[in-house]
Amino acid sequence: MTQPRFAPSLSIVLTGSGGAGVMTAGQTLLDAATSCGLYGLMTRSTGPQIRGGEAAAMIRLSSRPVQCPGDRFDILLALDFDNVQRFAAELPLDAGSLIIADSGAGDLPDFLKASQAATAWLPMAKLAKSVKGGRVSMVALGALARLIGLPESSIVEAVAASIGRKKPEAVASSEQAVLLGAANAPEAKAPQLSLSGAAPGARWSITGNEATGFGAIRGGVKFVGGYPITPATEILEWMAHTLPQCGGVLMQAEDELASINMVIGASFGGAPALTATAGPGLSLMIESLGLAVASETPVVVVDVMRSGPSTGIATKSEQSDLNIAVYGLHGDAPHVVTAPLSISDCLLTAQWSVHLAETLQTPVIMLSDQSIGQARAVIDKPPNLSFGTQRLTMGANAENYARYALTESGVSPMAIPGAPGGQYTADGLTHNQKGTPSSQAQDHIGQLDKRQGKLDRFDFSAHWADIEGEGELAIITWGSSAEPLREAVEAARTEGIGVKLIALRLIAPAQPELLAAALAGAKRVVIVEQSHSGQFWRYLRAHYDLPADIVPIARPGPLPIRPGEALEYIRKAARS
Amino acid sequence: MNMIPDAVREFKPADYKSAVKPVWCPGCGDHSVLVSFQRAFAELGLPPEQIAIISGIGCSSRIPAYVNAYGFHGVHGRSLALASGLKVARPDLTVVVASGDGDGFSIGGNHFLHACRRNIDLTYIVMDNRIYGMTKGQPSPTTEPDWDTAIAPGGTGLSPFHPLVIALASGANFIARGFTGDVGGCAKLIIEAIRTPGFSFLQLLSPCVTFRPDQQKQWKSTVRTAVVPETDDPGRAARRLMTDDGFNVGVLYRGHREPYRPHPIADLDPARLEAEFEV
Repeated sequence: MTQPRFAPSLSIVLTGSGGAGVMTAGQTLLDAATSCGLYGLMTRSTGPQIRGGEAAAMIRLSSRPVQCPGDRFDILLALDFDNVQRFAAELPLDAGSLIIADSGAGDLPDFLKASQAATAWLPMAKLAKSVKGGRVSMVALGALARLIGLPESSIVEAVAASIGRKKPEAVASSEQAVLLGAANAPEAKAPQLSLSGAAPGARWSITGNEATGFGAIRGGVKFVGGYPITPATEILEWMAHTLPQCGGVLMQAEDELASINMVIGASFGGAPALTATAGPGLSLMIESLGLAVASETPVVVVDVMRSGPSTGIATKSEQSDLNIAVYGLHGDAPHVVTAPLSISDCLLTAQWSVHLAETLQTPVIMLSDQSIGQARAVIDKPPNLSFGTQRLTMGANAENYARYALTESGVSPMAIPGAPGGQYTADGLTHNQKGTPSSQAQDHIGQLDKRQGKLDRFDFSAHWADIEGEGELAIITWGSSAEPLREAVEAARTEGIGVKLIALRLIAPAQPELLAAALAGAKRVVIVEQSHSGQFWRYLRAHYDLPADIVPIARPGPLPIRPGEALEYIRKAARS
Repeated sequence: MNMIPDAVREFKPADYKSAVKPVWCPGCGDHSVLVSFQRAFAELGLPPEQIAIISGIGCSSRIPAYVNAYGFHGVHGRSLALASGLKVARPDLTVVVASGDGDGFSIGGNHFLHACRRNIDLTYIVMDNRIYGMTKGQPSPTTEPDWDTAIAPGGTGLSPFHPLVIALASGANFIARGFTGDVGGCAKLIIEAIRTPGFSFLQLLSPCVTFRPDQQKQWKSTVRTAVVPETDDPGRAARRLMTDDGFNVGVLYRGHREPYRPHPIADLDPARLEAEFEV
């Protein structure tokens, strides 16, 4: 088999037990590489312990933007071997990989032996002890930098920048430790970091959850109510300190039943509002999302998906909340479901989601997931977009105001409390155009038509999907599965396989005409998703006309879809 | 559209009447609550557009549509959460929450605790008839243990919930009880509740004439004005509420807790946040 021709990148995983400083070291490495003009990605994996326990910082560096993990690790740097076997399935290593481990760490665990990777030993702990205040992780980074060809000075500078000039002794001891590690780097043939092509530019270092929070603020969110839940909490934590600086407020609720109702209340009061949660929280919010549909109250719910059902694996990703997001509400409850296509795309998708909620006066569920939410990427500075239309409100001097008037667009002006003459009661009961409760068939059908119609008549075409490539083979995917497929499509092109990638940012309402146009000329369609039951594939079958030749590929989390795996799907579909 | 400045606008109870006809049974105590609302708002001189009445599900929760004000008739049990979000986003509004003993103390029980604890400037009025009326006669958390119903034959055997004690223990700043047989008294308590900053809890005994006519028509002769004046001492209030038989009417506790008022610190252009991410 030919080796896939992916853009060159170097993947390094740092492992160690709690307190060894693995995450800090990973962040330092990413910062150092960034200062050399590289792009990068850092994902984290930890054991179930609240504090301590084993940890792995996974870093991928490249002179081109990378927003998903690579196929394998070039280097595993083990500060110790405590419980490292728990990560075995997450750490693809092979004969071309290099393991750098502490000389005192003991025997190589079986799964590392089986990988046939080369091993280099370094007395990291011993060396660190020889420096006052020296840390093992700094010695390790020094040796690593020397081995892969990253200037040691970049590590020292990154340390200085993160711990600050306030602690000159700590900076000095770190520098000593880094240089000591570099000087004692083991003799080993290490994969080299390609710095050619690396060029500094206007870059951001951002996590998917931060990007979601920032996109929401850019979109105009002024109120956030939320309840802590992994892996969404960072959205709330980031917004807790930034939102009040931008004219908004964040409240921690007593549970998700409260947080969704708080945001409905705030939005009723005129404040664009958002909550962030994960699957268990979304389940609790579902009844009230129906209320937001019926009362036509704009709200955004970000679901950072994790492996389900029930508590599942709180720290690992999966795209398995599609069904509940689309179908969870009782009754006929049309609403919008969106999904960011990468870490950086969380910014656009969150901002767009706020825009859609406000413009359409409806709830929007944005399906992010753990793999993009909790990962950090170094990206090109994204553009600052603006989406014109916002909430349609009742004008002054409205005579005989009817909150739920049947209009051409289906969207009716919303009176905001405080506006004289706009007094109405928002209601989850079926109501007439005035908002008065009604059990009349005519009112029921009229309002169902109104709420469906405003979505049907809206033009989602600007951002409904990202489409790239050309070919008779088409791939349809969504959310975080898009990024490894993008890399795979590019690699397939170098092998002469033409593929069109259609990555949906808008899940609901379905856009059959837009997809039909995008699929023109496609003879075979591969549908890729990270769920066990093929939720996305079944959703597409229900709502779209697809070519007869379909290859559904659904596999659950928690392991990420890697570019090589994605390329294999493409090769297979192209062959047969 | 009323263009007269609020300072010179005068309001009559009829100004708060909406065109919607109540679904309540004739004689239901909730009719009196509606009248009390209208009298209280008029006396407070609140412009209708500055009032929001938030409710959940149940007979009592139908009240927002019957008042000329902004309103939200939400899902079962969540009115306090919805109202909390509204009041924090819009501190300028007078937010009144209307609920019943099932909506407020059973399905919404957790929100009750946390609304008291948070002490947002809300007025929480629970029309307590010790019954689920809308679903036609099941026991609620305040129903007597021996009251026989189809869903709990022979009675629940459970001690009733004591909402005033819970409110005090959870941090409510104002605790009062009224009886809907005395509309003027209810209106006065509503005025006091709205005027007192922080979370004000007002239990209104509101008889259900359909499912509990025999027991609750006695209430008129059972209720009494509390003989002890209101206190700001939580210790005294606790003793008094713990020993209270549920029929002392009036302001029973008024504290001095500062309301919770989270607010924006600045109104910067979001572009200012970009520096957080620049490398």
